[in-house]
Amino acid sequence: MAVSQLVGARVKRREDPRLVTGHGHFTDDFTRVGVAHVAFVRSPHPHALIKKIEVTEASKADGVVAVYTARDFKGQLAGTLPALPVFVAVKKYVPEHFPIAEREACYQGEIVAVVVAETKAQAADGANMVDVDYEPLPAVINVEKAAQPNSDKVHIDAADNICWDLPFAGNEVSEAAFKSAEVVVKERIHQQRLTPTPMETRGVLADYEAYDKRLTMWMSTQNPHFIRLFVSGAMGLQESLVRVISADVGGGFGSKISPYPEDYLVPAVSRLLGRPVKWIESRTESVQNAYAGRGQYYDVEVAAKKDGTLLGMRVTQYLDVGAYCAPFSAFQTVACLMAGGAYKWQGISSRTVGVLTNKVPTDPYRGAGRPEATHLVERMVDLVAREIGMDPVAIRRKNFIQPKDFPFTQNFGLVVDSGDYEKTLNRALELAGYDQLRKQQVEGRKHGKYMGIGLSTWIELCGFGPSSATAPATGGIALSEAAQVRVMPTGSVIVYTGTHAHGQGHETTFSQIVADTLGVPMESVDLRHGDTGEGTAMGYGTAGSRSLSVGGVAISRASGKVVDKARKLAAHILEAAEEDVVFDQGKFHVKGSPDKSKTFGEVAFAAYGAGLPEGMEQGLEAVAYFDPPNLVWPFGAHVCVVEVDPETGAVEIQKYVAVDDCGNIINPTIVEGQIHGGVTQGIGQALFEEMIYDEESGQLKTGTLIDYSVPTANEIPNLITDNTVTPSPTNELGVKGIGEAGTIAASAAVINAISDALTPLGIKHVDMPASPNRLWAQIKEARK
Amino acid sequence: MIPAAFEYARASSVEEASKLLNKYGEDAKVLAGGHSLIPLMRLRLAQPTALVDINGIKELDHIKEDGNKLRIGALTRHVTIQSSSVVKGKLPLLAEVAGEVGDNQVRNMGTMGGVIAHADAAGDYPTLALMLDADIVTNQRTIPAHDFFKDLFTTALGPDEIVTEVVFPVANGPHKYVKFRRRLFDWAIVGVAAQKMNGGWRIGLTNVGVTPVRANAVEEALKKGAKPEEAAEHASDGLDPAGDLRASPEYKKHLARVLTKRAIQQAQGT
Ligand SMILES: Cc1cc2nc3c(=O)[nH]c(=O)nc-3n(C[C@H](O)[C@H](O)[C@H](O)COP(=O)(O)OP(=O)(O)OC[C@H]3O[C@@H](n4cnc5c(N)ncnc54)[C@H](O)[C@@H]3O)c2cc1C
Repeated sequence: MAVSQLVGARVKRREDPRLVTGHGHFTDDFTRVGVAHVAFVRSPHPHALIKKIEVTEASKADGVVAVYTARDFKGQLAGTLPALPVFVAVKKYVPEHFPIAEREACYQGEIVAVVVAETKAQAADGANMVDVDYEPLPAVINVEKAAQPNSDKVHIDAADNICWDLPFAGNEVSEAAFKSAEVVVKERIHQQRLTPTPMETRGVLADYEAYDKRLTMWMSTQNPHFIRLFVSGAMGLQESLVRVISADVGGGFGSKISPYPEDYLVPAVSRLLGRPVKWIESRTESVQNAYAGRGQYYDVEVAAKKDGTLLGMRVTQYLDVGAYCAPFSAFQTVACLMAGGAYKWQGISSRTVGVLTNKVPTDPYRGAGRPEATHLVERMVDLVAREIGMDPVAIRRKNFIQPKDFPFTQNFGLVVDSGDYEKTLNRALELAGYDQLRKQQVEGRKHGKYMGIGLSTWIELCGFGPSSATAPATGGIALSEAAQVRVMPTGSVIVYTGTHAHGQGHETTFSQIVADTLGVPMESVDLRHGDTGEGTAMGYGTAGSRSLSVGGVAISRASGKVVDKARKLAAHILEAAEEDVVFDQGKFHVKGSPDKSKTFGEVAFAAYGAGLPEGMEQGLEAVAYFDPPNLVWPFGAHVCVVEVDPETGAVEIQKYVAVDDCGNIINPTIVEGQIHGGVTQGIGQALFEEMIYDEESGQLKTGTLIDYSVPTANEIPNLITDNTVTPSPTNELGVKGIGEAGTIAASAAVINAISDALTPLGIKHVDMPASPNRLWAQIKEARK
Repeated sequence: MIPAAFEYARASSVEEASKLLNKYGEDAKVLAGGHSLIPLMRLRLAQPTALVDINGIKELDHIKEDGNKLRIGALTRHVTIQSSSVVKGKLPLLAEVAGEVGDNQVRNMGTMGGVIAHADAAGDYPTLALMLDADIVTNQRTIPAHDFFKDLFTTALGPDEIVTEVVFPVANGPHKYVKFRRRLFDWAIVGVAAQKMNGGWRIGLTNVGVTPVRANAVEEALKKGAKPEEAAEHASDGLDPAGDLRASPEYKKHLARVLTKRAIQQAQGT
């Protein structure tokens, strides 16, 4: 093994010079000769019957090539959009979802017609001329009301609006235990709907070549191989003849995992027309129709002892599914399994209810289920602490799962691989100056200052995932990961991975691993992803902080296989026994005589030449699939300090400390970057962002980025970050994921801080987003 | 999003612009910085048949001292006003306000005339124009600010009328603009300007009604010797703001009072 040089080093992101100078390749940068442009006609109503679609005027408009409605796609696309069969056995009702509505539109923005024209502007004009006669129906918007048996229906033919309703069997706490508990705390915790707002909206360029029945798609996705699988299936094409190319991807945050209606319709239009066609999503379409995040509320009850010992929890998740069950929607129920957080409980019982509404579907959004779990457990622990007059630090220490307990089987049978929660907490408190802050708080309160300190000692599970867990949940596909490492005769290297970066810097991190393993300079390693036409047969994309801990390990193993072959060949060249050959710093030599050596490049060249050892084939390349034995379990401690202006309700974040543990670190700069972005999104949820729908009309009121407030660098404080390192025993690199950590941690830290600040007013809990008008109203109410 | 089709012409003088507006008729619009008009067109909320681009009219881009007046050309960009030493010396409140409009991109493009003509209830300059008794000069006449702002997005301008200048009085005494918003580049949820002038106070409010509001009752109370916190209690007198996603009517009225107090107190510190 080469001495580690690059792994662990602050290597600058290789992709950045290209990206920050505007030389990236995003979907709209691609075109084809003869391309036509697609615009979609979308339902302005959240719920309506489609009586008639008049296309005559639009068809005659300048430049319009074709206008299609649902009927045109009936022979083109089979079946319904997939909803992965997580808990399929217990799903009550999964509405059919054809990519274009025929009879009934069930959310604002659902596609009802497709206009194709020579230019983008002509397509937009043509779409405006399609005259749809709608009969509006009552819109089901409020989740709590939608769950009632007497509610209006999201789909007129449905019996009710319940998509699923199931308990998770943990080791439950008895009714009696709850009754006899010294302290019981209850709260309803809201997770508002969020829109993911990637910088690059979605888009599809599709080119179907009829003679070969070959389809090429350029698109912005986190998951090219999945798209190929689903689209080839729906179009009846051979999977091997469909190529999905997704070069640079300008952010996804989960919203580019699942296939969308447009991903089926655009290639189907190309096949219908026999021309390449392109659709680039507008920002308005993105805000309205990207699969939304969160959209949940939780009814939680916690029983504890007066000394702070946590006993039991009961939690029910109500999840706003939207109008259809999005492909990975049910994944968000993982919040129920993670509700116990970093603590030991005698028992937890949880239940999830998936409720349909006339809104765009929800699907995983950065953290998916774990931010929700963290938010609820961190809030509840603070509420218990408040109730019994205990410091939030002390109650956490008292209940933490301890280092000696790992591997720890938690209440739902998941095995937490490793952790040292007190270590991250101690470091975070030290960086924040916790004791001093508490003194300042006491002093400040005397002068009417509403300063608050919030903790979030978060844990999560990621790195999907073991085939034993994922294959049953997806309907047979295991989220393992594939890698292929190919060495050219002159020693430069191409690495293919089935993961796909959308901002994570894989070109850098993964190259560091390969360069160290092969002992070659990083510059000679080219990382390729996002093209199903190259590399491994299957890939599982980037989501759930899985890329390094699954894909990175596969790359490391494939690189290892390459070294194994190279070593055999080197032994042959050096006329030594294989076990006597040492590989160090990119050179093979015989034990004891380092001056007589062959570089990796020389061996690579020899691998394509003559005189190989008996039975060895030419070439130097290897494929590896990694199926992790468990998930990985990152953790950390965040401390947020806020001051609330009691006159205006404005919140100022004065300090934010994040100490995280993702096991071994390949590149500290990239880890920091992920934390910065993640925390920013968590602060976004805590203070700024919310999709607001009119409860009556069902119209989205936050349809632009003026009304939907995504925070910018101006609103985010300088973050103080650090790491502890507790290597994961789950993989040989000792790594865990870090892509979602910041988002998982941050909302709880911020809301705990605000709740703490408002303690003198008797306020215990605040909802998100803690906007000034909401806080002002709450403060005013408390002062009454 | 893509705007509906429109004609486009670029004018090099006010006369030419006026002629073009006449030629294209009522549904033509002047294009200045485009930072209000183009977003509306992209959403197809505005569908002008023609745009008359005035960005080439150099004489509309100026800042001139004129005795005890300060004349700001309609095409003067926010960034120019914000960094002008003349404005900083003669009417520092205006430079301060210009620096609080939108973000860098908006300030590099948006213009004085555009904000005044657009008359968004949350626009910042209209508040100053009203409270300081500025004059809006057009290619046809001079309109005092208190006769200019009629309603939401509605002014005294005729369809072929072009704003050429906004004329402010010189005032460099204590002043402050307190703009309350969630993000640095957001429009005001509520804004309050305070300017000491000719021995008295001028107080103006942004986004608490369909047009900017001058807080006469606060000015009066201050004249009678009320303390800022007492006078500020009158800031919401007579207000009937509409609620929106960011603030209820109640909250806006409350903010008007709190921010008025702060604006006066902070102005006293300048
Ligand atoms: C993200 C964002 C944030 C913003 N925040 C703020 C803010 O905080 N405060 C604020 O005040 N503004 C804000 N604005 C608006 C910005 O200041 C605009 O530039 C301004 O409202 C319009 O000026 P403009 O030069 O861009 O005009 P345009 O958009 O070109 O025109 C606006 C309207 O005025 C008319 N018009 C323009 N010039 C003239 C003229 N000389 N004579 C007659 N009619 C004319 C046009 O025909 C059009 O109807 C913001 C804009 C954006 C995009």
